[in-house]
Amino acid sequence: MTAAPLDLRSRAAGRLLGAALGVSALLVAAPASADDAPIQLWHAYRGAEEDALNALLARHREAGGPPVETLAVPYDAFGSKLGSSIPLGEGPDLYIDSHERLGDYRVRGIVAPVGDAFAGPEGYRAKAVEAVTLDGDIWGLPLSQKCVALFVNKALLKEVPDTLEGIAALQPELPEGVFALAYEAQGAYAHAAILGAFGGSLLGPDDSFGFVGEPAVRSLDFVQSLIDRGAVPSDADGALVTNLFRAGKAATAISGPWLAADLAQSDVDYRVVVLPTIDAAGGAPMRPLLTVEAVMLSPQGAARPEVRALAELLAGPEAAALRQEKARTLTARSDVPLPPGDELLAAFAAQAEVATPMPTAPAMRATWEPANRAIKAFLRGELDAAAATEGARKRFDDVRRPPPPPANPTPLLVVVGLGLLYLAYSMVRAARSGELRSNLKRSLPAYRYITHAVITVGLLVIVPLVVGAATSLWAGRPETGHYVGLANFVDILTARGGPLLATGSFYLVLLVTLLWTISNVVMHLALGVSLGLILSRPTMKLRGLYRVLLIIPWAVPNYVTALSWKGMFHRQFGAVTGVIEWMNATFGTSVEPIAWFAHFSTAFTANLATNIWLGFPFMMVVTLGALTSVPADVLEAAEVDGATRWQRMWRVTLPIIRPTLLPAVVLGAIWTFNMFNVVFLVSGGEPDGTTDILVSEAYRWAFTREAQYGYAAAYAVLIFLMLFTVTRVGEWRAKVREERELAAAKAAQAASGGAH
Amino acid sequence: MSGTASDAGRKVPWIESAASHLVVVLAVAFALYPVLWVIALAFSGTATPEAKVLPIPSEPTFDHLWAVVSTTRDVGDTTQWLFGRQLANSLIVSIATALVGIGIAIPAAYALARFDFVGKERGLRVLLATQMFPAVAAAIPLYLMLDALGLLNSRTGLVLCYATTAVPFAIFQLRAAFESIPVDLEEAAMVDGATRWQAFVKVVLPAARPAIAVTALFAFMSAYNEFILAATLLGKEDMFTLPVVLQRFIGEYDAQWEAFAAGALIVSLPVMVLFYVLQKNLVAGLTSGGVKG
Repeated sequence: MTAAPLDLRSRAAGRLLGAALGVSALLVAAPASADDAPIQLWHAYRGAEEDALNALLARHREAGGPPVETLAVPYDAFGSKLGSSIPLGEGPDLYIDSHERLGDYRVRGIVAPVGDAFAGPEGYRAKAVEAVTLDGDIWGLPLSQKCVALFVNKALLKEVPDTLEGIAALQPELPEGVFALAYEAQGAYAHAAILGAFGGSLLGPDDSFGFVGEPAVRSLDFVQSLIDRGAVPSDADGALVTNLFRAGKAATAISGPWLAADLAQSDVDYRVVVLPTIDAAGGAPMRPLLTVEAVMLSPQGAARPEVRALAELLAGPEAAALRQEKARTLTARSDVPLPPGDELLAAFAAQAEVATPMPTAPAMRATWEPANRAIKAFLRGELDAAAATEGARKRFDDVRRPPPPPANPTPLLVVVGLGLLYLAYSMVRAARSGELRSNLKRSLPAYRYITHAVITVGLLVIVPLVVGAATSLWAGRPETGHYVGLANFVDILTARGGPLLATGSFYLVLLVTLLWTISNVVMHLALGVSLGLILSRPTMKLRGLYRVLLIIPWAVPNYVTALSWKGMFHRQFGAVTGVIEWMNATFGTSVEPIAWFAHFSTAFTANLATNIWLGFPFMMVVTLGALTSVPADVLEAAEVDGATRWQRMWRVTLPIIRPTLLPAVVLGAIWTFNMFNVVFLVSGGEPDGTTDILVSEAYRWAFTREAQYGYAAAYAVLIFLMLFTVTRVGEWRAKVREERELAAAKAAQAASGGAH
Repeated sequence: MSGTASDAGRKVPWIESAASHLVVVLAVAFALYPVLWVIALAFSGTATPEAKVLPIPSEPTFDHLWAVVSTTRDVGDTTQWLFGRQLANSLIVSIATALVGIGIAIPAAYALARFDFVGKERGLRVLLATQMFPAVAAAIPLYLMLDALGLLNSRTGLVLCYATTAVPFAIFQLRAAFESIPVDLEEAAMVDGATRWQAFVKVVLPAARPAIAVTALFAFMSAYNEFILAATLLGKEDMFTLPVVLQRFIGEYDAQWEAFAAGALIVSLPVMVLFYVLQKNLVAGLTSGGVKG
């Protein structure tokens, strides 16, 4: 629920193809856009903010402005969508986004300076202009400022203490089950405000990792002391902060304007004040991160005068006043007065004055994941503050490490050349043998049936896969697109110089992936086959109904399932906690609600439960189908021979259905090995990336760690090679066994023949 | 069903029967519990979630469902029913994917099942290998290709993308189905004067109908449920498919879980209905052994 860092830990939705940018920027020159086309405007607004924007655009239209088409893009998909469309000459002419992404956008060439749309700094707040200035140029027109402040429940708290310690000290006086303060303690975004009071920052000088050293350690120890006093819930995420405050279970909450929007429909009586100071930090004020929302121009949009005019209008005083009135967003202009009597806006305005603008350097993006993980590991008590932050620095440096040096492409060319030569040679040899020609002639009728499939699969499946695999030989990041040979593979297979079984190393992730695949397949088989066997009994009543109900998990889209399971495992209001509480109340047990995603074993179990749920109906249906091919007379013969039912099942039924089940098991294993949705949506790799499997690790390298597509492609190639080898070996062993059985059968036949 | 055919007509001990029912009922509870939660959330009127055992909506309401379904958008002077368009997009794309998928796969699968030809083994192996490659690696080149064809923001482009996963899977499925149909059937038809093609169309295809229906259902589902590609390829609200719309309910500022649940319910309904209609075929169509001529 925080505004800014979410794009870094969010769903992969929509960012998959952001990757296109790097390659496409090289290949495609931006075509000139048609001047009479409607202006394309993208934004991430919802609710009142979207209404305000539409009202503005309606005015613009009435005043004779050119037509504008808008698109609301989800905030966390914004960057990737821009990156995949603007370099191709598609996408928006202008868009409204947070200033901290400017540095990244500039490197990727999807934003242009605003030019004459910026008439001068007069009328804007200095901090806002500073936020959109990079190397002396103005890259966006500031619209509004957003940062967190302190929400106070008036019913629970009459007087607000000046210090954070003072707020925590109120804990004993509060009613049972009410926290003195709720904030996203596990997230670096909220923690940055406390870190700021201690004089630290997430990003250090010269793009180094800032969340280390004394300020980092002291700020973490301070948070721990608040949690130890019971004043702050340790595992709150954005949704929980909202819910606690809305339900009157938190006297104060640190959150942003988005909480105010959520509270609009509730009857909580609250006010907003500036964040308190911290005594432990020498009475320094908390310094939250400031996000400046700005209207930015794409290179093609910046070339159109009418687009620049629209941008100027959107950032103008009239528009600011309208937004402030309609959507209560804090304007970035200094010449537009706050609405009189609006305490909420006044508080946010005062808070913005002590806030620190989020750094725009692209390195900032790489700080979130390590910082978040460090805070979580520390709060779980696994590491002390110094070790946790030092580990985070290592991770940051690991992600930011320079790409491998360019390699000489000659070996590649030689290998490819030799391969082609060999191919040509074998073709010529086959053609000369004559046998091929007759074989080809014989094959002609078949080719008539398959040609179109060969063409489609070749163009749509194989070519993209080969090209994709080839990117693994190029440098990690799109902007440094040079050939590096096998360096990416060497990096991965040597765990980037670290211990081979360190967290996040290829080998550890591989072990987790194997454990994941095997446990899933075993459970799918066990559940699916037993249910299939039970449901196939003719004496079973209601078979049809049971079957329909048991197939349901298969019919529900799996991202819906994954998200609802994640909700069920929520520590505070998940259904699993509900079941535990019910058991405690009914049987007098005292089981604590489990923080499912705080430990590897429980997080893995949660993933497993979800995927078992998703996968068992498939196995059950396959079993039901296979059972129809078990001939009744064989079973009867076995029964006549005195086999018990148990023996009949193990000795007759199961061996007969095995060959039918086998392809399903192989396919199921491959799917599970690459089951991204469940792992990413349920545990998201928590805790500390330990439940990530190879595919989700590859996604992280591509989408949350500085877009290292080459590196991610190398992971994909390794996954492919492993699966391919395993299935080939399996095939080969099956063949050997088949031949042996055939030989044995022949021998037996010969023996019995001889006896006659 | 013949697995225990010899038990038929005999008294099964009640304890065994009860145990079977218990196992199945537990499994049904496991299967339905999360679904019931989604339903409860979709109809729930209160804003504060709490840990509960039974998925019963508190203060039941149809507001969420109505809010999801009744979205509109002004285009010029007319008002467009946005949700209707998006539902239509989803259905068109999914049905087209299913048709393209099985249309391409049926003849190829038949050739793989019945003919022996140069490159058959190798082709099959390559086809299986494509299933082992994580999709992330192929996405970028595919995206560039669609752009070159000018299909980025279109339903056609989406169908082409989805066909990449639908076609290989459909070929495997249908090949197994065709293999299990006795060759005698076609041979008899050909003896009666039918050409190979006629035998294929008039004899084999009808016999494989359950398998074809199930394969089409899978292709439909894979397209209907996909949102990662769709969210990136589509840049206009009136081109969105339903999963993209759904994904946008759980944004970062305010996760509208109730709206998400209501949307999930609506999105899931058509697939559930299809599953219900086709569930008899499911058993027969999924396993080659099930299809008997």
